[in-house]
Amino acid sequence: MTDTGMLRPATAWRGGGVLALLAAVALFPLVFTNALVTTIAVDTLIFVAAAAAWNIFSGYSGYISLGHAVFFGCGAYTVGIGARDWQLTGLSVFALLPLAAVVATVVAVPFGLVALRVRRHTFVVVTIAVFFIFQLMAFNFSFTGGTTGVAAPFLAWNPGTYNDPFYYLALAIGVVTIALSWLIRGSRFGLQLRAIRDDEDRARGLGVRTMRVKLAAFMISAFVTGLLGGLWFYFITQVLPQSGFDPAFDLSVALMAFLGGLGTVSGPVLGAMILMPAQQYLTEQFTNDYLSQIVLGTLFLVVILLLPRGVIPTAGEKITSWRANRSGRPAAHAVTPGGQAAALPGEPSAAAGTAGKESAR
Amino acid sequence: MGRQIYEAVVDGVLVGGVYGLMAVGLTLIFGVLDIINIAQGIFVILGAYLSYALSVHLHIDLFLGLLITVPAMFVIGVVIYWAFIQPLRGRERTSMSLLASYAVAIILEGILYWIFSPGYVQLNAWYVTASVRVFGFYLPYIYLFGFALAVALVVVLYLILYRTRFGRSVRATMQDQTASRLIGINVNRVAAVTFGIGVAVTAVGGMVYGATSGGFNPNSGYDLISRLLAIMILGGLGSIGGALAAAVFMITLESVVTIWSPNWAIVVFYAALVIVLTLRPAGLLGRQAVRAQ
Repeated sequence: MTDTGMLRPATAWRGGGVLALLAAVALFPLVFTNALVTTIAVDTLIFVAAAAAWNIFSGYSGYISLGHAVFFGCGAYTVGIGARDWQLTGLSVFALLPLAAVVATVVAVPFGLVALRVRRHTFVVVTIAVFFIFQLMAFNFSFTGGTTGVAAPFLAWNPGTYNDPFYYLALAIGVVTIALSWLIRGSRFGLQLRAIRDDEDRARGLGVRTMRVKLAAFMISAFVTGLLGGLWFYFITQVLPQSGFDPAFDLSVALMAFLGGLGTVSGPVLGAMILMPAQQYLTEQFTNDYLSQIVLGTLFLVVILLLPRGVIPTAGEKITSWRANRSGRPAAHAVTPGGQAAALPGEPSAAAGTAGKESAR
Repeated sequence: MGRQIYEAVVDGVLVGGVYGLMAVGLTLIFGVLDIINIAQGIFVILGAYLSYALSVHLHIDLFLGLLITVPAMFVIGVVIYWAFIQPLRGRERTSMSLLASYAVAIILEGILYWIFSPGYVQLNAWYVTASVRVFGFYLPYIYLFGFALAVALVVVLYLILYRTRFGRSVRATMQDQTASRLIGINVNRVAAVTFGIGVAVTAVGGMVYGATSGGFNPNSGYDLISRLLAIMILGGLGSIGGALAAAVFMITLESVVTIWSPNWAIVVFYAALVIVLTLRPAGLLGRQAVRAQ
């Protein structure tokens, strides 16, 4: 993992690539000043961070959460209600963002204590149930504004660069979340999470305090998602029960992670960068809302059927088998991130070509 | 007050029976295929719209129309299984199938919106409007007919599962897929037919739902699936008796709470789920404490 002394070429390449990408992303709003483009960019960055945060819990632990919109909505409502009741305006509203994250984290504790008692399949359904409880509460309580929701205070900013502060804030949250995801993945904590994913009973037998580890990851994930919810609310200037607690948010975030590669650091980021602009583009292309919904669903299905394990693991496999083929070795030892051998030993020549297909089954 | 509660309980039991039938379809699919079919809610709505189209355009009676919609939904179920569920493989199969069926639900929802527009519609027939006096209050006939049909179908399902050769292979597949394959059961065919049956019962559920819910549109699928999932979990995943009991219990509870506050009734529904799961993580009648992953 950590090389002492000289950097290996692969590591240097990767580091350089990340720096180049960061520079490109940082310069993006200076090059593209069209508000339509930067709006899509801000949305994309919010979802990049959200998918990475979702992956810290669901990707590493294997517990698929379809209730992360609870944290997103709680963050949005916290900022909205705080700004409304304390009469905050302008930049001071941004001071509420940490509060949004804290509220989401606090909500995650009882949510996690109930939902994490049950195993995978049931967990998914419990998260959906909790999600609906929160959406209904937002509809029915008076302090959430009911069906009219909460509106954000007006920002008297230069319309030409209106999106830029949101862009850089979302970018900062995204970079920190990805770094956090990378640190966790290699850490003892991350290994405990992945042990839970692979075999929870055995992990417990080996001394992993499974409930504590799962809950901690759930809370970290909630913290970032709540923060993003607060930012998103201010960006979109309004939160409604059905947009703050949006089932499409749950589904999109999960699909982004699956598309890129569940449980990898870069997968969810890549997935969000592909899906979010595609989704926005489709919505703009088709004036017929229903048609864009059908196309979107079809896109999801195609992704699930063609790339069941995600872009990053599949691409990694292809590269590994290509290298093995070039150096004349059988690809028998090409181990994928999932831990399966990429091909069967004993068929060295065919292995390279079919490695991807074999293990995708 | 006492009368109101009494009325709500009778109402809840009758509607609960129909929900029980839909939940049995869902839990059967889970038991055999180990997948959670998120599209079950929109299938119910699709079944309702099929009945609607038949009765409005061809003037076919709702119950008679079931002779067409049930086989149609069976075929739709089998096709969706072959096309989208069966190709899924690997460790994340359950999660992937969840997302795949979610995607199917989104597509179907879009198609239904496109064809039928978002306006609420309701199924109509003489037995929807005419009431009969039972236990001291008036009840539309459809509640009784729907309940009777649901009970009859559950009995038929029970007989298929426990009295036929096919049923035996379904139960064997539920217990152990590998072993079933080894003794010569065509697990793929069993899975496809089970998925078809699980979807076919939504034609009946949809027809009764469309006639008793006081109006539905494509968006109603979300409301339905969240209830059905809660019922399935509460009864214990894969447990058919549990699904029936949980359906009647939950719908009755909701119906009673509605007397005080219609807005909060559905929250009580989910709160009951959370409480039961905290006390009994396997659900009311769940056989295993934890399923093998």
